[in-house]
Amino acid sequence: MIRYILKRIALLIPILLGVSILIFGVIRLAPGDPAEVMLGPTAEREDIELLREKLGLNRPIVVQYGIFLKNALQGDLGRSIKTNNPVTEELLQRFPATITLAFSSIVLALLVGFPLGMIAALKQNTVWDALSSFLALAGFSIPNFWAGLMLMLLFSIVVPILPSSGYGSWKHMVLPTVVLAIQTMAVIARMTRSSVLEIIRQDYVRTARAKGIANKLVLFRHIVRNALIPVVTIAGLYFGHSLGGVVITETIFSIPGIGRLLVDAIRSQDYPVVQGGILVFALCVGVVNLVVDVLYAFLDPRIKAQYR
Amino acid sequence: MNTPLLQVRNLSVVYRTFEGVLRAVNGIDLDLEAGRTLGLVGESGAGKTTTALSVMRLVPTPPGEIVSGSATFEGRDLMTLPEREMMRIRGNRISMIFQDPMTSLNPVLPVGLQISEALEAHQKLGKAEAARKAGQMLEKVQIPAQRLQEYPHEFSGGMRQRVVIAMALACNPRLIIADEPTTALDVTIQIQVLELMKELRNEFGTSMIMITHDLGVVGEVCDRVAVMYAGEIVEDGDIAQIFDQPMHPYTVGLFKCIPNIEEPASTIHPIRGMMPDPLVPMPGCCFEPRCPEATARCATERPGGALVDGRRIRCHLYADGKRAFAHGRETVSHA
Repeated sequence: MIRYILKRIALLIPILLGVSILIFGVIRLAPGDPAEVMLGPTAEREDIELLREKLGLNRPIVVQYGIFLKNALQGDLGRSIKTNNPVTEELLQRFPATITLAFSSIVLALLVGFPLGMIAALKQNTVWDALSSFLALAGFSIPNFWAGLMLMLLFSIVVPILPSSGYGSWKHMVLPTVVLAIQTMAVIARMTRSSVLEIIRQDYVRTARAKGIANKLVLFRHIVRNALIPVVTIAGLYFGHSLGGVVITETIFSIPGIGRLLVDAIRSQDYPVVQGGILVFALCVGVVNLVVDVLYAFLDPRIKAQYR
Repeated sequence: MNTPLLQVRNLSVVYRTFEGVLRAVNGIDLDLEAGRTLGLVGESGAGKTTTALSVMRLVPTPPGEIVSGSATFEGRDLMTLPEREMMRIRGNRISMIFQDPMTSLNPVLPVGLQISEALEAHQKLGKAEAARKAGQMLEKVQIPAQRLQEYPHEFSGGMRQRVVIAMALACNPRLIIADEPTTALDVTIQIQVLELMKELRNEFGTSMIMITHDLGVVGEVCDRVAVMYAGEIVEDGDIAQIFDQPMHPYTVGLFKCIPNIEEPASTIHPIRGMMPDPLVPMPGCCFEPRCPEATARCATERPGGALVDGRRIRCHLYADGKRAFAHGRETVSHA
C-alpha cells in the first residue's frame, strides 16, 4: 500500500511537467504582450522593447521554459510582472483561502448530497424521491454566479446575517462554500440515488436481510459502503470542477484566493502568476486523485488487492 | 405422521408490473415434517424462488405482494407475524442459501463478519465470541478458521458456497431453504457441496427445502418432492413413489427429459411448447396447452387437488379416481 502511494506520488512529476509545458506554451500563444499591457496603449515602442528584454520575453520560448523550469525546481516561480512580488510567496499567501473553500464545499456537498440521494433511493417513487430529484436538478441547473448573487441578496441584504463579501471569519466562508457546493451536491445526490438503487437489488443485500439482522445494519454495513464507491469517484472528479468554480466564487465574494489572483493575472497577462497558479491547481487535482484511489482501497478490498 | 414443521396453505404471490399482474405463485400447499427434506422441482420461472422468498417474507415489495395464504411454522403463521418477530426467525429459525455464491456474499466485508453478524443478532453474542463461533462454522464446512478475515474474492466458487452454508447454519436453524445451491457450481464441486449439505443436515437435524430443477439432486438428498409448474404444485408426494411412478403428465414429461446413457439421444422426449405467460390468467389446468393427455374439460376447469395413495395431484385424470385404479392404486379420495 505504502509502495503504491509512493509510486503514485512519483507519477505526479511527469504530470506536472506536462501541465507546465502546456500552460507555458498556451499562455504565450494568446494575443497581446505583458509589456504592452503594463505600459498601456500610449507607450513608446522602445520602452516596450526595453521592458521585454528586461523580462526575458524576447528570448526563444524554449530558452524561456528552460529558465522557468530550472528556477521552479528550486521553488522559485519567478516574480509577478505586475507587482514584482515573488509568485511563490503570493501563492502561499492565498492558498489557505482557496483550499479551505474548495475543501469545505466538497465536504458540504457530500454531507448534503449523499443523504439526499440515499433518501431518494430508499423511498423510491414517493414524494421524497421527487423532492430530492427536483432539488438535485435545480441545483445542477442554477449557474454559480447567479446562485451567489441571490444568496448574497437574501442573507446579506434582506436578512442581514452574513457578510456579502470579504475574508477573515468563518461567517465570510458560509455563502461561498454553499455556492460552490450546490452543483457538486446535486451530482452527488443523483449518483448516490442510482448507486443505492443498484446496491439494494444485489443478492448480498437479500442475503443480509435473510440473516435477520437489524435494518440499520443492512443499511450502513451492507448498502452504504458499497454505494460509496462510485460516489467517491464523482466527488473526486468534481473537486477539480470545484477548483474551476473557485475562480468565479472568489471573484463574486472578493475572497483573496488563488482563483481571484488567476483572473487578475490573466487579465494583465502576468505570465509567471498564471503559470504558478495553474500548477498549484494541477497539483491539487493530482493529490485529490491520489486520495480518491487510496479511499477506494479502504472501501473495496478487491481494489486494495490490486495495489502492489 | 408427525406434526409438520412447516405447513403452507393456499399461498399466492403476484408481481404487479407495468404489463399487468404477474401471477407467480397460485394457491400452493406444502407440508414439511421436522427432520425431513422436501425437494421443490420445476423449470425456471415456475415460481420456486418466489415460494421460498415468501416463506421468508423477503419477496421484494413492490412489485411483489403476497395476496393470500398462510405458512405455519412451529405453530405460528409467518404471513401475519409482525416484522420484528419475523426478523427473529430469519437467519435464526429459518435460513436461506442462495443460488449464486459469486453474488450472494458482500464483496467488501470479510467472510467472518458475514457469518458472525447473524450470531451477534440472534444469540446475543459479543464480537469476540461470535467470531470464535464463526471460525468453528468455517471449520465445519472444511475451511480453516484462519481465513475468517479474508474477503469473498479470495475464495473459489465452491468455497464461497460453503461460506454461505456456514452462514446459514450458524444459528442452528430448524429449517434451511436452499435455492438451487449447486446450480452455479462446477459438476465436481456440486457433488462436494451436496455431500456436505447432507452431512450437516444429518448432524444438526435440520429440515430442508431443496429448490432445484435437477431431478438428480432431488434423488440424492430429498425425502419428499413437490413438482411445481407455472406457479402451481402439480404433484407432491414421497420421493420413492414419484420416482417409481410419476403420475401427473408434467412429472411424467420431466422424467422423460432425462437423457439415458444406454439409449440413443433421439429417445429424449422434451416437453413440447413453453410455460404459459404468467400475465394471462388461465381458466383451466395450467399444463393443458402442453399436455399430451388433455381433454376438453382441462381447458375450461381448473383441477382441484386429488389425494392418491398419499400423494397430491392436480389433474383431472386422477380427480375421478378412474386413472388411479388403472394404475393399480386403491385409495382415492378428494383433498
